Formats: sequence, structure tokens, C-alpha cells
Amino acid sequence: MANQYETVFIMTPVLSEEQMKETVQKFEKILTDKGAEIVHQENWGLRKLEYPIQKKSSGFYHLIEFKAEGEVVEALELQYRRDERIMRFLTVSMDKYAIAYAEKRRANRKEKAAEKVEVKEEAPVVEQPQEVNNESNQTEQAQ
Amino acid sequence: MAQQSDIKYIAPVAVDIKKKKYCRFKKSGIKYIDYKDGEFLKKFVNEQGKILPRRLTGTSLKYQKKVAQAVKRARHLALLPFVTDNLKSN
Repeated sequence: MANQYETVFIMTPVLSEEQMKETVQKFEKILTDKGAEIVHQENWGLRKLEYPIQKKSSGFYHLIEFKAEGEVVEALELQYRRDERIMRFLTVSMDKYAIAYAEKRRANRKEKAAEKVEVKEEAPVVEQPQEVNNESNQTEQAQ
Repeated sequence: MAQQSDIKYIAPVAVDIKKKKYCRFKKSGIKYIDYKDGEFLKKFVNEQGKILPRRLTGTSLKYQKKVAQAVKRARHLALLPFVTDNLKSN
């Protein structure tokens, strides 16, 4: 049976938003090509680091939960090491408590995101409803 | 000076009324400690970012191990500092 894993990686802050998304897609592809099933993804955006890594004090965080065989992790980490856009990475296997916690966390985040969108849509809807909708969609993706 | 020390001995020292420590994970039924939640993990490190011992936090052995693991993972991901000063004030 395939295990469930969780991987977090930090990309350099030098990247533009697009480059960052490209990098994320690259690793998604690596995973799916190896037959992994992506369960969940989170983009934490640009975050301040608690200590400098490679003389950078911030980085783009991204989290992927996936189900796969153990060999996939090795292949993924090899690609992390070869990619100079990745500053740090961590992959952990999830036990049943971790999976339960992740599901709860996902539900919480969804609720929060929904609340945010609602508030945004309600506030400036009067003037330009279409543009506002676009904006809120973008922020959803960013989160 | 002498008076102060006298008073100290006359009044019973309040050590005995100490609250019993308990393991917060056992009590509230938390089964998994998340390394991604840096703010939560800050409760288990001192101002320099060192992991607090069990005798201070009252955590049970089972969960102390998990706390330690989570703190170390968080440090690797730069969610917690390895060493610092005044962690709590920041």
C-alpha cells in the first residue's frame, strides 16, 4: 500500500510570481509522472525566515501532500537537490494521526478562505462587481 | 536585613501549594503535533530557542518526544530559530 507523505519546500525569494508557479508545477509533474496521487497543496507565499538561508531572509513556501511509494520520495528529493531554486525541503511520512490532523487543518483553512472571500465580495461590490470577483479569485489561488 | 529574613521564616513558604503539572496533550486529546505551526511550538522553547525540559512543561514522555521532533523539523524549515535572543518579545 502506498504511504502518504507531506513535503514542504522553500524557494528563493529572487523568483517572480510566475517563476515560482512554474517551479511548483515542475515538482507536481515529477510527482504525478512517478505515479503519485496529489492529495492537497498549499501555497504559503513569501514568508520571513527565522534565520537566513543562503543569505536570504525570506522565501516562498509550498506544501504538497501526496500518496506514493517510497521510491518516489527519493526521486523527488534528488530533484530538489539538483534545483538551485530550492533553498530547503522537508519530506515526512504521515501516520494516521497526521492524516487526521491534516484533514482538520484543511477544513479550517477552507472555512477561513471562504470567510475572507465573502467579506471581500460584500464590501466593494457596488462599484465594479466583475473586477472585484477577479481579484478575489486571484487571492484564492495565491492562498 | 535581619528582619526580612525573620519574616521569611515565619511565613510558610508557598512551595507546597504548587499546582500539579499535567500533560496538555493528554488532557486535551491532541494526538499529532504539527511542525508547521511555529507559533504553537514557541510555547515549548525558551527565549533562546532551546527546547524546554519536561520537568518545566509537565509534558508526558510520549509527547515530549513528539514536541522535540516537531521543534527540530520547524527549525529545519526556518519556522523556528536554532539560536536567538528574546524570542518571546519578538
